[in-house]
Amino acid sequence: MNRIFQSLLRQTRVCSINNISNVSIAAAPLRLMLASRWYAADAAPPATVGKETLDKLVRTNKVVVFMKGNPEAPRCGFSNAVVQIMRMHGVQYDAHDVLQNEALRQGIKEYSDWPTIPQVFINGEFVGGCDILMQLHQSGDLIEELKKVGIVSDLLRAEQEQEKNEKK
Amino acid sequence: MSQYTVKNLEDKLKEQLQAQYVRAVDESDGCGGKFSVIVVSELFRGKPLLQKHRLVNKALAEELQQIHAFSQKTYTPEEWEKVQQEQ
Repeated sequence: MNRIFQSLLRQTRVCSINNISNVSIAAAPLRLMLASRWYAADAAPPATVGKETLDKLVRTNKVVVFMKGNPEAPRCGFSNAVVQIMRMHGVQYDAHDVLQNEALRQGIKEYSDWPTIPQVFINGEFVGGCDILMQLHQSGDLIEELKKVGIVSDLLRAEQEQEKNEKK
Repeated sequence: MSQYTVKNLEDKLKEQLQAQYVRAVDESDGCGGKFSVIVVSELFRGKPLLQKHRLVNKALAEELQQIHAFSQKTYTPEEWEKVQQEQ
């Protein structure tokens, strides 16, 4: 799993914006409080989580993540990678811990026809798992995907500020 | 963990996706629960990333029920050539 973090870090370093890592680290404690609504265990998890429930669930926020553990304590390296990517972009999202609810874990896999966790939805649409999020992040496409749903990535914001400063 | 080996996965991907190049790596220290794969195939041409990954997931549907950590990179032959030049 170290490989994933290394590639994340590498990406931050090679980014054209030099101060991103500083910005996101400084903002992290506050952001952590605001970044995500997350749901641990439902009071009484149902035996199955069906399509109708999930149709609603994936639309409760512009970005919805199904993961192992929660954003403060991911319990899988792939889930952690997605959390770190979201943090870098300053995205507020809903996170659902599938380890707390086996029916949800199975239900979401069937719903999106995708065998692994984490799973990321943007505007109710399945985007992909960790590999795809990583690629979208590295290619810069994630900024565009977020823009489509009205979310301005922190990385884009930092880039724009830098450009402004350079013009001065 | 699982009975699968690098060879199982590579053979299956080559056959099902007519892959011209496949590399699977067992990252589980031998217990067979964690793999990463690179697949280069003509079938990926013109398909968005999500669809490419779905093709791989489908080819390995049976295996992925037991493999609990799986990571993939998918390339068309041209993309793969570019990646290699960069390395």
